[in-house]
Amino acid sequence: MRRLVPFLGVALAVFAWHLAVVMTGTRLVPSPWAAVRAIGELAQKGLLLKYIVASLFRVTWGYFLALLLAIPFGIALGTWRRGELAVNPLIQVLRPISPLAWIPIAILWFGVGDLSAVFLIFLASFFPLTVTAMQAVHNIETIHLSAGTNFGLSRPQLLVRVILPAILPQLVVGMRLALGVAWLVVVAAEMIAVNSGLGFLIVDARNAGDRYDLVVAGMILIGAIGVVLDLLMRRLETLDFVRWGYASE
Amino acid sequence: MKVRFSNINHHFGSTRVLDRIDLDVKEGEFVCILGPSGCGKSTLLNIVGGFVKPSEGEVRIDDEPVTGPDPRRIFVFQERGVFPWLDVEQNISFGLFKLPEGEQRRRIDHYVQMVGLKGFEHAYPRELSGGMKQRLEVARALAVNPDVLYLDEPFGALDSITRLQMRRELLRIWEAERKTILFVTHDIEESVQLADRVVVMSQRPARIQKIVPIDIPHPRDLSDPRYIALRDSIFGEIGLAHQV
Ligand SMILES: Nc1ncnc2c1ncn2[C@@H]1O[C@H](COP(=O)(O)OP(=O)(O)OP(=O)(O)O)[C@@H](O)[C@H]1O
Ligand SMILES: [Mg+2]
Repeated sequence: MRRLVPFLGVALAVFAWHLAVVMTGTRLVPSPWAAVRAIGELAQKGLLLKYIVASLFRVTWGYFLALLLAIPFGIALGTWRRGELAVNPLIQVLRPISPLAWIPIAILWFGVGDLSAVFLIFLASFFPLTVTAMQAVHNIETIHLSAGTNFGLSRPQLLVRVILPAILPQLVVGMRLALGVAWLVVVAAEMIAVNSGLGFLIVDARNAGDRYDLVVAGMILIGAIGVVLDLLMRRLETLDFVRWGYASE
Repeated sequence: MKVRFSNINHHFGSTRVLDRIDLDVKEGEFVCILGPSGCGKSTLLNIVGGFVKPSEGEVRIDDEPVTGPDPRRIFVFQERGVFPWLDVEQNISFGLFKLPEGEQRRRIDHYVQMVGLKGFEHAYPRELSGGMKQRLEVARALAVNPDVLYLDEPFGALDSITRLQMRRELLRIWEAERKTILFVTHDIEESVQLADRVVVMSQRPARIQKIVPIDIPHPRDLSDPRYIALRDSIFGEIGLAHQV
């Protein structure tokens, strides 16, 4: 029964939405049914899967590129005090700049297209991931590092057998948050730079004849996929090799 | 002589912590380092463990100067030292990576048994009590067969019943394996129950105030007049009347 409550909440909201549109006869918002039909239409034209895949494709590239670079970079800064002192101010200044502010520069560097979008997602994930990795290294218990060295571990062994496992729980949380940001940004990036994907769908639907049912359909799809991505990342947090880090002590 | 401290001075910034420490520890000896809180006991243990370089003086073990941590000499922290991402077996085998698999297996089984963690081989530290974690850490240290153990208030965080049991366990293990043990504590009773010799430190900057040999065979009877006399002499040494 408890598991049904959230669904009930959503169903009620949709029903209220439906009632409001029907009773007021408004043209400012399409009805939920119109949005569902719009999704059906997209599926029929073969655009549904195409757009979803296009968006996910860009996120995957940008996000994984960021993981690949930010995690080693963050760990390096976390273990190397001088490097951190030198680089940290720069990171702190760049971090609060919305990735969307980079759009003109992205277009200048990479042209209008996939590369620009991937670059924006990369930026959006890179800074939070770097900071997470760096902080996580700082949070390692000195005792664990001492114990590792005491048992005769070399630097590389210490990295693999103590540092990495110790930071993994925080890293996984950071990865989940970063993926959320990446998804937020892909949609925004597609509104400007490309001609496929869910962000493009929304802009295009408005431009091509005020198809607000398609706009809302796009919004629903973006939200739903965001939830699924988040759920998948949450699964990572239940694995044994990170779960220890979330135990409340 | 197993461990020799010669003229160790240490200061952190302008805080002088250790003042000309000279001490010899024999092979297989159980030495307790006793002193008031903040006097520099942990610092001294970290120096002999190779984690802190003394401002002056040197420690030699087997006549070689200590230059850093060494797997032949394992430091046992309070129970927080176990790796929370590894289960009991993986913790015990942490330092065994240079040994062949069969030998690893043999040692894991042996030490799981010895510290009474049978049935918990695959439990994670979060599923263990404080006393079990402490035993796990001792097992992890013993598994690499070190010749010296450093213990820094290992039982400080345990309740008094578990603490007594752990002392008995440690003595049993020490009698079986005859490691050299340096044990830091600020608990007078604990030091008299365990040690061959109690090294009494002064307030900071800590000097060695007195070394009290405890010439009572194990198991020690806590109502033995000799035990009480030695204990009271240390209370007196530290300047505490034996009253609450
Ligand atoms: N890394 C450090 N940097 C600066 N000061 C330190 C450092 N470690 C210890 N000290 C100082 O040195 C003194 C001795 O500390 P130490 O931890 O050795 O005492 P202790 O005898 O082990 O105390 P306790 O019984 O409370 O554990 C204290 O005044 C402490 O504040
Ligand atoms: Mg201490």
